This record gives sequence, structure tokens and C-alpha cells, in this order.
Amino acid sequence: MQRETLIWTAVMVLGGLVLLVHAVRVGNGRVYVREVTVADVKSGPVVHYKGVPPSLHNEADVSLSVPRTIGMWIAALCTLGIMSFVLGDNPLYKLMESIFVGVSAGYLMVAAFWDEIVQNLLKGLVPGPMRDSFLPGLEEGLNPDLTYLAPLAMSVMMLWRLSPKGAWIARWPLAFFIGATAGFRLVSYLEADFTQQINNTILPLIVYTADKSFDVWGTIRNVLIVGGVLLGLVYFFFSVPHRGVVGGLARGGVWLLMITFGASFGYTVMGRIALLADRLQFLFDDWLWLIDPTMQRVGM
Amino acid sequence: MKRTVPMVIAAVTGFVLIVSYFIPLTEEWGSIAMQWFNVLAAIAFVLGGSNLMRMNLQKISDRRPGWGYAAVTLIAFLVTLCVGLLKVGVQPTESFPTNAWAAPYNQEGSFLWWLYEYMYKPLQATMFALLAFFIASAAFRAFRAKNPESIALLATAFIVLMGRTYVGGLMRDVLPASLEWLSFDSMTNYIMSVFNLAGMRAITIGIALGVASTSLKVLLGVDRSYLGAGDE
Repeated sequence: MQRETLIWTAVMVLGGLVLLVHAVRVGNGRVYVREVTVADVKSGPVVHYKGVPPSLHNEADVSLSVPRTIGMWIAALCTLGIMSFVLGDNPLYKLMESIFVGVSAGYLMVAAFWDEIVQNLLKGLVPGPMRDSFLPGLEEGLNPDLTYLAPLAMSVMMLWRLSPKGAWIARWPLAFFIGATAGFRLVSYLEADFTQQINNTILPLIVYTADKSFDVWGTIRNVLIVGGVLLGLVYFFFSVPHRGVVGGLARGGVWLLMITFGASFGYTVMGRIALLADRLQFLFDDWLWLIDPTMQRVGM
Repeated sequence: MKRTVPMVIAAVTGFVLIVSYFIPLTEEWGSIAMQWFNVLAAIAFVLGGSNLMRMNLQKISDRRPGWGYAAVTLIAFLVTLCVGLLKVGVQPTESFPTNAWAAPYNQEGSFLWWLYEYMYKPLQATMFALLAFFIASAAFRAFRAKNPESIALLATAFIVLMGRTYVGGLMRDVLPASLEWLSFDSMTNYIMSVFNLAGMRAITIGIALGVASTSLKVLLGVDRSYLGAGDE
């Protein structure tokens, strides 16, 4: 065994032991639920379990949830597994990555089935059987909406791609998809991102305050915004060579874009740091019970 | 037939959606097209899922390096799919107490909810959180203050980074009132609301024009790349 592997194995075993001792002593990572009876039918009461803070564990209708406690430990393992990539690519990270790919693909397919295929396609085509099964809230006497035969036919054509012959048939629904995306994006981008941004940039270049006195900072701000947008647009305008006056303006655009990229970079990094802080809070608060910033375990 | 019909379908669909914005009578056409679009997008997930299965099964059957991880992906995918489609662990709701199928598929306490809450969410959040390290390390390697523009980028990034931390606000206590604008958080606010705003607006306008022209090229049949090469 390599020296590095040996050291890491020792660290992992030691860490596991510390965790075990801590879990036995403190009982961390436990999740409690409250039993809520939502209805009483012939076959018995319908009970839902809602998560509650551990500080309420002594209340009568609150009990320890074994599946959620196991889930909490698995979530911690998943978090640590992904974080282990900081030390380099390793089998635990690869395992977590594989699970993530599988679970996310499965979850998206399930969501697409229940939210779109059932709620949209099947509801439109066979409202009666849907009312008797998945959608009992549907009003009675709804007639099938035959316009849904078109997406049904296109769906079959799209799935034809999986067949070894005639894969070109899938181009028809794909063309619909592309056309719809193009049509929708063309208008929405022109409306929200083009006209709206221009509209927001039409600002007074001399600003007065409410008491009619000259607002220096407001004026500078507006001049910088209007001038900045124009400089940026000049830089993106490639139909004219960037020489002479246009070149000078484009250079100003480069400066503005550099500042924008710097700000976006700093903002993105801090966003990720906030996510990291959230994961650390999960580990130290929800799992290990070492900190309690949200007062979930007061009196325990 | 193989290329002309798809081009006509794309053009008709796109222009119907555009027209529906401007003529109130055709508004419903637009919403119907969007409903069809959503159904097709859901069906596309089936294609994606089958591709995922095919690729991973191929890897397992060929015993290629890392086939064990492919098996894990496959198992995770199939388990999630089964528990989600069969609504395992979903309890009836107050509105329909005798019909569990009517309850939401991601109801609290269901198996799918468990998978989402204790696997999908921590894995996804931690992956994004890790990006903090990688962005920082990539920036450390790539960013060099070799000309005034890159110095502007670095200085802005530094100010915004500091301005979003506890230190950013601390400077306010040290600086006199007249120089408060020099504190990191004040400078960050100014950068974000003036320079960043102007830069992002120019970029957004450029993107909008790009999207509009690309969409027109597709609808008018100038760009046919989505049809692929060849007849088949």
C-alpha cells in the first residue's frame, strides 16, 4: 500500500470512529416527525408525517423517523463524497457522481411524466379514465380534446428515432420543436431583452432632486449608464472597422466589459461560497449538531 | 419529403407563435402550440432516458473501465424511475382520501421525495458549491495583471468579493462619514448598479439581437443545421 493511501485510510478510519463516538454520545443526525391524521376512511386513518425540529421530540405525537434519519446520514455521506473531489479524483466521488446522474435523470423523467404527459396529454385525450384514476379533481363530462392527437402523433414520431430504420421521421417533431423555440424566443427576447433594456436606458442626463437642486451623483450615474451601454454596443458592432473614433469608443467598451466581467466573476464566486456555507451548515448543524444557529435543538 | 416538410413545419410553427403575439384572435393558437411543445419536451426525456440506458448497458456489457459506475448510474436511474412512476410511499390527501394516485408524486414522506431530499439535493448543491474552489483556482492560474484592462477586471473582482463579505461592511466603521463611499460594500453597490448594469445591458441587447437573427434564419430556412447532414 502506498504511503499516501495508508495515511488517508488512517484519517478516514479515525474520523469514522470519532463520528461514531459522537453519534452515540450526542445522538446527532436524528430526524423527528409529527403524525398528522388528514382523513379517516373505512380502511383506517390516513396519516401524514411532517418533519419537526428535534427540540420537539418529547411531544406526544412526535416520534423518531428511521427512514429520514438514514436519509440524513446518506445526505451527509453524499455531501462529503462530492467534497472529497477537492483532494483529487477518487472512487467515492465517482460513486456519488454516478448516483447523481442516475437520480437526476430519473427524477426529471418522473416529473415530465406526471406534470406534462398525465396533466396535459392524457388529460386532454382521455379525460374520463384520467378522472377515474390520477386526476379525480377533473370536472365531469369533459369531452376528449382531439387537438392533442397532433402531439401524440409527433411523440410517436419522435420515439421512432430509437428504431433502427426510418430515423428521419423524428425530424418532423424536431422541426416543430425548433420552430416553436425560434418563434417564442424571437418575440420574447425582442420584447424583454431588447426593447425593455433600451427603454430602461433612456434616462435623463441631467438629474434634479425633488427640491429642484442639481443632483451631481445622480447625473454622473445616468451619464455613466447611458454612455456605458453605448460604448458596449459600439464594441459589439462589427460591421464597421474598429479604427479611429469608432476604435476609441470600442476601447472604452472593452474597459466597461472588463469591469462587468470582474463584477460578475466576484458575484458568482460569492454565490458559490454562499452555497458552500449552506452545505457546511448542513453538516455541522443538521447532521453533527455541533452548532445551532436556527435554534432547532433548544433545551436538548 | 425528408427535408422540405420539416422546414415547412418549423416555419409554420414559428410564425404562428409570432403572429399570436400581435393578433388577439390567434392568441389561442400560441397557447396550443406551447402545450404541444411541453408534451414533446416531456417525450424528449424518454429519448434521453433510453440513451442513458443504452450507453450504460453498452459500457457494462463491454466491461469497459469504470463499468461498475455505469451499473450504479443505471440502478439509481431505474430505482428513481420506478418509485416515481409507481408513487411508492405516497399517501392519499385530504381531498381524495381513498385514492393515493391522486396525491402529488413528490409528496413529503414518499420514496421519491426521500431520494430528492437526501440524495439529489445534497449532491447537486455540493457540486455547485465545489465550483467556488474551481473558479477560484482557475482564476488564480488564468488571471494575470498584464495590461490595464486585466487590472481593471482583477480590481473589480477583488472589490466585489470583499464587498460581499463581512469585511466589506466593517470598513464603514473605520472610515469617516465623508469617505464612506470608499468602503468595499459601497463601491460594490456602485459597481453593480452602474458599471455592471451598463455592461450587462449592452451584452443583453447583443444577445437579444443574436437570438432574433438566429431564429429568423431558422424560420426562413437559411439555417438548416437542425436537420442534420445527409438524407437519413
